[in-house]
Amino acid sequence: MPLFAKLYNFAHWLTQDRAAAEDLVQETYMKALRGFSSFRQGTNFRAWMYKILRNTFLTTQTGLKAWASVSLDSDSDGDAPIEPAVSETPESVLLARVQQETIQNALEKLPVKFREIVLLCDLEEMSYQEIGELLGIPLGTVMSRLSRARKAMRVLLTAKLQEGSR
Amino acid sequence: MTCDSWQGKLDAYVDGDASQADFASLGEHLRTCPSCAADALGRLQMKRMTQAAAARYSPSPQFRLRVEKSIQSRKPVWGFAWMPTLAAFAVALVLIVASAALWMRHSAREQALAELLDLHVATMASANPVDVISTDRHTVKPWFQGKLPFTFNLPELQNSPFQLVGGRLMYFKHSPGAQLLFALRNHRISVFILQDQPGMVPLVMGATVAREMAFNVETWSESGLRYIVIGDAGPADIHELSELLRVVGRS
Repeated sequence: MPLFAKLYNFAHWLTQDRAAAEDLVQETYMKALRGFSSFRQGTNFRAWMYKILRNTFLTTQTGLKAWASVSLDSDSDGDAPIEPAVSETPESVLLARVQQETIQNALEKLPVKFREIVLLCDLEEMSYQEIGELLGIPLGTVMSRLSRARKAMRVLLTAKLQEGSR
Repeated sequence: MTCDSWQGKLDAYVDGDASQADFASLGEHLRTCPSCAADALGRLQMKRMTQAAAARYSPSPQFRLRVEKSIQSRKPVWGFAWMPTLAAFAVALVLIVASAALWMRHSAREQALAELLDLHVATMASANPVDVISTDRHTVKPWFQGKLPFTFNLPELQNSPFQLVGGRLMYFKHSPGAQLLFALRNHRISVFILQDQPGMVPLVMGATVAREMAFNVETWSESGLRYIVIGDAGPADIHELSELLRVVGRS
């Protein structure tokens, strides 16, 4: 089960709970076995497994709640972008002062819609196309959602640093 | 094109998802624009730090066993069209059954190896496989200063077929470690150096090259550090690089 550890990590980030993550991963493997005939050979097995996991998560109470808390129009490019409190702060200056735990806390606080896309891109290093297929959204939405997610990360990190310096 | 128009493409550039034309022209722009170059570097650092921070949760061996048992008890009915994949699953199932008796002894080792193989494969697939790019050991080793709670020695490779490519900070079982990338002709070999905490990497010690998922792996412990060499190069090559590291590790 070469994807096992990675799927578990992703599940834990989505659910924020060990027991819920274990249930989610187990259910994912069961569904994958049951529905293996729907997997098209030659296509991306990794993306298929992540898609099952994510769809399963969205049907859970935690998933529904987390998803419902995100604004439906948050992908539209016309929205006022979330800017960092100090918009000129270069990431390099910010990062020099940021600890790993601070990044983990910021990731936890991100809406699940943003958290999952950052994880798929930065941790799993999936291409925009893979992410688009997995989440069922067009390429342009992948890019705008990712950009908004990273801006939201910067807001949280900047706020944390400002809080710490007070 | 102005800097403003490039800004919207920096994320795709850093993510390795820019079109070939954008990649070339943005690369050209970054060489002449310190502001955009600093921005791109910042985004890359952020991506790397997020990657390290997000690799946070590990499944317990008990949970892994539970899922393996569930899979074992639910063998699906397959059609002929899926025979090759079925064969792969069958092999996996046979491996699961065969290893069940020895699971308590070997599961932690297999999990550790699987994670390290995943890390090696992910590095190979990455657009930015290393954080410090240099063939010079005197550049790569100092880069880890302050990032790791230990230090290590790197061998002189001038008269060997190996070349240092660079290194990156990695996390294994919530502890930081070094991943060094070496080139041998067209092969890439990862060398992981970790603190050898009890039970952390329960790999068999010795100079034997083992074969794991078609990769060759050699591991040993030296002066409180655990070395794991993984690559698709031949066993003799893996062993030769391991010997070079082993010798310099003792010094």
